[in-house]
Amino acid sequence: MSELVNPVANLDTVAVAATTPEKAQPWKELGLKQDEYDRIKEILGRRPTSSELAMYSVMWSEHCSYKSSKIYLRQFGEKVTDEMKKHLMVGMGENAGVVDIGEGWAVTFKVESHNHPSYIEPFQGAATGVGGIVRDILTMGARPIAVMDQLRFGAVENPDTARVVHGVVSGISFYGNCLGLPNIGGETVFDKVYQGNPLVNALSVGALRHEDLKLAKASNPGDLVILFGARTGADGIGGVSVLASETFDSTGPTKRPAVQVGDPFAEKVLIECCLELYHAGVVAGIQDLGGAGISCATSELASNGGAGMRVDLEKVLKRDESLTPEEILMSESQERMMGIVPKKDLKAFIALVEKWEVEYSILGEVINEDRLYINWHGEEIVNVPPRTVAHDGPVYHRPVAYPTWIDALNGDSVANRGLARANDNATELAAQLVQVVSSPNQADKSWVTDQYDHYVGGNTALAQPDDSGMVRVSEETGLGVAIATDANGRFCQLDPYAGAQLALAEAYRNVASSGANPMAVTNCLNFGSPENPEVMWQFQQATAGLADACLELGIPVTGGNVSFYNQTGDVAIHPTPVVGVLGVIDDVARRIPSGWQDEGHNIYLLGVTRDELDGSAWAGVIHDHLGGKPPVVSLAGEKALADLLQGASLQGLLASAHDLADGGLAQAVVESSLRFGVGARVWLGELMERDGVDLTAALFSESTGRVLVSVGREDDVKFVGLCEARNVPVLRIGVTDVKGVGAGLDGAVLAIKDVADFDLADLRDSWKGTIPELFG
Amino acid sequence: MKIGVVTFPGTLDDRDAARAVRLAGAEVVPLWHADANLHKVDAVVLPGGFSYGDYLRCGAIAAQAPVTQEIVKAANGGLPVLGICNGFQVLVESHLLPGGLIRNENQHFICRDQKLRVENVDTAWTNAFELNQEITIPLKNGEGGYIADAETLKRLEGEGLVAFRYLEVNPNGSMNDIAGLRNERGNVVGLMPHPEHAVEAGFGPDTFGTMRSGVDGAKFFESVIKAVVNA
Repeated sequence: MSELVNPVANLDTVAVAATTPEKAQPWKELGLKQDEYDRIKEILGRRPTSSELAMYSVMWSEHCSYKSSKIYLRQFGEKVTDEMKKHLMVGMGENAGVVDIGEGWAVTFKVESHNHPSYIEPFQGAATGVGGIVRDILTMGARPIAVMDQLRFGAVENPDTARVVHGVVSGISFYGNCLGLPNIGGETVFDKVYQGNPLVNALSVGALRHEDLKLAKASNPGDLVILFGARTGADGIGGVSVLASETFDSTGPTKRPAVQVGDPFAEKVLIECCLELYHAGVVAGIQDLGGAGISCATSELASNGGAGMRVDLEKVLKRDESLTPEEILMSESQERMMGIVPKKDLKAFIALVEKWEVEYSILGEVINEDRLYINWHGEEIVNVPPRTVAHDGPVYHRPVAYPTWIDALNGDSVANRGLARANDNATELAAQLVQVVSSPNQADKSWVTDQYDHYVGGNTALAQPDDSGMVRVSEETGLGVAIATDANGRFCQLDPYAGAQLALAEAYRNVASSGANPMAVTNCLNFGSPENPEVMWQFQQATAGLADACLELGIPVTGGNVSFYNQTGDVAIHPTPVVGVLGVIDDVARRIPSGWQDEGHNIYLLGVTRDELDGSAWAGVIHDHLGGKPPVVSLAGEKALADLLQGASLQGLLASAHDLADGGLAQAVVESSLRFGVGARVWLGELMERDGVDLTAALFSESTGRVLVSVGREDDVKFVGLCEARNVPVLRIGVTDVKGVGAGLDGAVLAIKDVADFDLADLRDSWKGTIPELFG
Repeated sequence: MKIGVVTFPGTLDDRDAARAVRLAGAEVVPLWHADANLHKVDAVVLPGGFSYGDYLRCGAIAAQAPVTQEIVKAANGGLPVLGICNGFQVLVESHLLPGGLIRNENQHFICRDQKLRVENVDTAWTNAFELNQEITIPLKNGEGGYIADAETLKRLEGEGLVAFRYLEVNPNGSMNDIAGLRNERGNVVGLMPHPEHAVEAGFGPDTFGTMRSGVDGAKFFESVIKAVVNA
């Protein structure tokens, strides 16, 4: 017979802590700094117990406390007008922002990073990234209705890239497909700056009726605190503090045990179970368990509700009975929720969780005292004011320094370098066009997105490869939402203020191009180490740029996420603020496709082209160059353009619309052609003359505020009149031609005057061939 | 006319299947996995998804569910049953249809608009099609590779039990390009692609003319209504 283990032997209780003030504690190993540890002692008036130390260390980590970014994120709440707040039901600070989209419906959406876990263990890291963001959406009372992923990998030539690509894409496929959520778009970018720090951002959107809104708070004393869903295990212990808040060190030990493991089936069941619990009205507050696990859920629920909580931690259902209380508090096991349930509703609660065969345990109750007490087999191991854990974490004013290298980088422009242009050599120019559109970043990404279910739910109105994803919210009226996300790390490296604005402008334009009205913004700010003053300068610039631009466009930031420490050694990634814009469309039947569908339509370019090749795909692909200044942003122009698209769409004048971004007009023309296999004849002479640019710039410049549209002949006069009335520059640059027949797209040609006549089938094979050849 | 739509924990396309049934003009009766009662329905749809997570062989646990036991009994008595994707896997695991479904040949989950040929129209679920009609409906699966031993394949081909065959692309390595089967009686049909995702213009696959306007899947549900009315 083995001896019975005494669960409270050697337990570091509050009483023990009070009598052993000098005991050495592993605060440093848990990621805390000396002054942070001192502050915990000051708050408590004694040293923390080991359990309290565990809680503070995870909740005060960069990932949970936003301690380096807080002072900058405030401006998203401050640089707003009343008009911008009009449709905002829940703003920043909650699990996700909630926007009123009319007809009694609201949507909630957010993008979040899972970068660090995805490098260490790409499959599970990416999978649980999807799971985490979906639970955030669920927590607001919404049914999740779609997901998207923003992925950035290292150089395609590097052998390690394939490991990360395969792992991440299969992880998202495994988890997302099993949840039954359509994946409606996203981004896939390759650049050597992401070699040691791939970015795996995940976005989810959910829909709810106004009255179903839920908040993460525990305010009524006597209500029960119930943990339900998966059991708590040893996975992801300290994930946020150890992984997401430190720089990878190539000589250090592998950090695999800190990555969580996902069970999408458990999450799917949890979603349906929660929605039934909401419908039955039996939860007064709810919080998902993600980063920082039970430490986060208990302290945030109590702090948000202005109440306290008493919890018996041994009641947590465990996968492994040997877990210590500290490990239970820090575990990031997935697929768990904490519900606040009034005692009178307990029976109904139990009936529903048992219907779905979801395990639960009643941990304790809400109390009328500003205290979070946690006991372990009757011994008090935590006794803290919940606000000090959840919300009053440290705030840093980190040093900011203008990068020493940036002036030189800005001076190294395409013009100053004298990078060769093939203006007078049609063969060379045609070859460049094919090279650009089939380069890994510009090539078709369906090898990735075809591994995701984009049909489930039956409400997908647009998905990759269209400019935005769009889902129907109301089956009665056709009311729906469109979402696009963008980021251009190359532009941000050149100028983070402008780069963040360019990302916003592009996402905004994408949404407008689908026929929807842009309404709200989310972001995921991926940066290097905040301990590097130059990185903090980039962060300061990017956040200011984004907040200023949101104010000018009149659409609020509703929430988001910051991911720092995306660097290995001294090398930081390009600053990569991913910006997501959500738009509303009264009837998804009105949506605009991104490609030509019919022969004989006129092709118009809206907006003005300048010689803006710095940081472009052309500069990168043809000349392996990054330098100069990014394109000029005109937010007023973007707004006018979006209003025009909205007006033209409402009148049914647009047969297609495709925004111009990386790869310029060349990319847009090729994609518009390949979307449905419809050829075109395009001429650029008038454009070059009107805008004073050469052929290379006409094809590859990445000037903003431009959209390529096609219009049926019968709507021509009306459309051009509309553009002129609204002062949006418009120029006919071509006409659509024969649609290709069969798998060979027989008969379809894209003829670009002074460049080449491209067989669509050849273009398609180049554009579609790249990614499968690399990874298939 | 009442058509039951089964939900196992982990079923994903039950709402889509219910929509397809409604659009065809029949009444939807939700059937719950733990409830061994078919509530007097005239036909049953086993929708797609990952029943019980499908961490074992796909559909293996669902084949043991109380509701499935009832469906097997009723199907043997002639009740029209359609198994889509995971539902097809459940039919195979329940031995209502022969063979097995394994991991896609290329190891990846695949979601695409898939062209099929309807090779048998003498069933409760295909009678509204023309023989050899070419249709396009979405396909999305990770374990859709159809396999059977040589003798079974020979019998399926010889007795005309192949209901659907992949055209142009065989997306998952299925033997003989088999996309779907019928049983001898013609009341049970199973296929990997998803007719319920091609029933409403605007949300289906692209067609030659227009974006997302494909509604070829609607004929499955028209067929069963016809079959039940004529029975």
